[in-house]
Amino acid sequence: MKKSILGALAAATFLSPVAAMAETEVQFWHAFTGRLGELVKEQVADFNANQSDYKVVESHKGNYSETLNAGIAAFRAQEQPHILMVFEVGTATMMAAAGAIKPMHEVMADSGAAFDPGAYIGSVKGYYTSTDGDMLSLPFNASTPVLWVNRDAMQAAGIDPDTDLSTWQNVDAVLDQLKAGGEECPLVTAWQSWIHLENFSAYHDVPFATKDNGFAGLDTELALNGPAQVAHLTAMGEWAKEGKFIYTGRRNEGGANFRAGECALFTESSAGYAGIKSEAEFAFDVRPLPYWEGVGNAPQNTIIGGASLWVMEGHEADEYKGAGEFLSFLSSSKIQAKWHQDTGYLPITAEAGEATRIAGFYEENVGTDIAVIQMTAKEPTANSKGLRLGSFDQIRGIIDEELEGIWSGDKTAQEAMDSAKTRGDALLRRFEAANR
Amino acid sequence: MEKRVTFRGWRLPLLLIAPQVVISLVFFFYPAAQAIWQSFFIPDPFGLSSRFVGFGNFTFLFSDPFYRAAFGTTAVFSILVTLCSMIPALFLAVVADRLIKGSGVYRTMLIWPYAVAPAVAGVLWLFMFNTRVGVVSWYLGTLGYDWNHVLNGGEAMGLVVVASSWGRISYNFLFFFAALQAVPKSVIEAAAIDGARFWRRFWTIVLPLLSPTTFFLLVVNVVYSFFETFGVIHTITGGGPQQSTTVLVYKVFADGFVGQDLGSSSAQSVILLFVVGLLTIIQFKFVEKRVHY
Repeated sequence: MKKSILGALAAATFLSPVAAMAETEVQFWHAFTGRLGELVKEQVADFNANQSDYKVVESHKGNYSETLNAGIAAFRAQEQPHILMVFEVGTATMMAAAGAIKPMHEVMADSGAAFDPGAYIGSVKGYYTSTDGDMLSLPFNASTPVLWVNRDAMQAAGIDPDTDLSTWQNVDAVLDQLKAGGEECPLVTAWQSWIHLENFSAYHDVPFATKDNGFAGLDTELALNGPAQVAHLTAMGEWAKEGKFIYTGRRNEGGANFRAGECALFTESSAGYAGIKSEAEFAFDVRPLPYWEGVGNAPQNTIIGGASLWVMEGHEADEYKGAGEFLSFLSSSKIQAKWHQDTGYLPITAEAGEATRIAGFYEENVGTDIAVIQMTAKEPTANSKGLRLGSFDQIRGIIDEELEGIWSGDKTAQEAMDSAKTRGDALLRRFEAANR
Repeated sequence: MEKRVTFRGWRLPLLLIAPQVVISLVFFFYPAAQAIWQSFFIPDPFGLSSRFVGFGNFTFLFSDPFYRAAFGTTAVFSILVTLCSMIPALFLAVVADRLIKGSGVYRTMLIWPYAVAPAVAGVLWLFMFNTRVGVVSWYLGTLGYDWNHVLNGGEAMGLVVVASSWGRISYNFLFFFAALQAVPKSVIEAAAIDGARFWRRFWTIVLPLLSPTTFFLLVVNVVYSFFETFGVIHTITGGGPQQSTTVLVYKVFADGFVGQDLGSSSAQSVILLFVVGLLTIIQFKFVEKRVHY
């Protein structure tokens, strides 16, 4: 082992002047700033330092939507990067663009880089896998919603902070107690559609949309107005009316309230870990996302949010080889385990999760493995594999609007979800027309 | 007898207007033509394929009750923004015009907000009215008013109107101030000698003399409120809560640049083009008659 590293080093030293000239550039556009941006830069630098055939050039192109737009505009101008980061919401858009993307399994086969589809965690890769079982993009950062608990707030309201919060029935009772105990913000959430509809549906094994949530065809229709979803939103609407659920906005605005210690319970992505850990001046812990006992097959598994890396069409063979090597490098256990521990994102391979466990990380940072367990405890079903819906960014906007109608008491949950279905279906039909 | 200066020949005048014509063609006519062309198609985002749908995009839009409702929202928003950006500007200009000392300082201070980009202005106002840490919402809270623009549509509308108008006041102030300086002092002095008080002089002499400027600003501000306010709305409300701040131009932006639906977005641009064109014609036909140059 040691010998081969030395050998490689020696070879690199001798060959590097020549190789530097023959280096093939691979463009990588991503959406990360701040700490995450630094970590991505580190990964790229690491890759570039460890081989000399390829040079990955990373550039930040704005937030998720802006990065996708930049990629699309660049493709239209025939200046697309080799690798583009696309958030999970844009997955269907990318999949439908057969002439614009080069599926990951093809890239890997052509490049000859190490690639074992079986190594990736099923519920993570499922989101980015075709119905034939081929991986189309590399999951990069994936998280799943969990329940964050402010233990001090529970105690202040006279509730045992270790109370079982695994079901919404239990949470319902606790919300009453919190309210009675003078808590002004018993429950707050981030990403309401993602957590309380998309993940809710997967977790209870009920469809969010027909045709296997869109996996089986573009002629999918929303099914989010089913009895399970409506019952949950009705309960949340009641909580909102009684001041037990506080609505703070469509994105993760609620995070500020929770981190400031103003709220007792918070449903948010597992990737909220870094922020909560650094800012919270109270005792907190993390629990699995609650489910309604007796509804559907809950608890099934939750689904992911985050982004994956797509390889774009229209480049040279040796550049694809470089892209393949880079994706293979990113999937390696060492890189993945570090990423998982640094960010709170899920490890994308089972091996990276195992490496993290062996390193004792989960014991030192209690609860950081809950997201992994929640995602992997059960084999995903057609309802919990993920979502593949066109125009999904806009559909989420529609869902947000309708949910606001419930929180403000203007609409019943049934009315709001029926309306969301009608409006969302109209967009799905347009997407179908555009991609037929 | 009007005195006219004319060029001999065609070449020089053509050369002189060429830059403006080229800019108009490249940056206005070409994109507008492309928008009209694209509004008849449903393209895929990557430009790989495009399906001709005739007026399909337009029927899709007008069959959507939420799109039709956006017209009402836009009307309310535009009227409010125009009023809120012109009336305070006129007031400030009149007040600054009466200053003898230090008017330069006031002027500079009042023009400053114009230098703030709309999106930044949006964030600024959002921060002040933030339901949790906002200064203004905190004071409102101590007065017993529970500010929550996240769920209250009226408050959300108020907030985007204020944020959109704020920077615009500076722009309008500049024009009003310059126009006020051009009002002949002799006329005002004569009126003052005749015993007309300040407000009477203002209503009967100054305001009519300002009418060309007011008219110009009216047109420009309406266009502004229709086209340039999506940055503010995007940062403050994202069109919500529900659809209470979704104005036409925000939908163009959201559907085109967030939703990648270029066909619908183009059709909406075309509709907006017609609406604003119509409004401008109406303004020139009816309002301009009351303007004295």
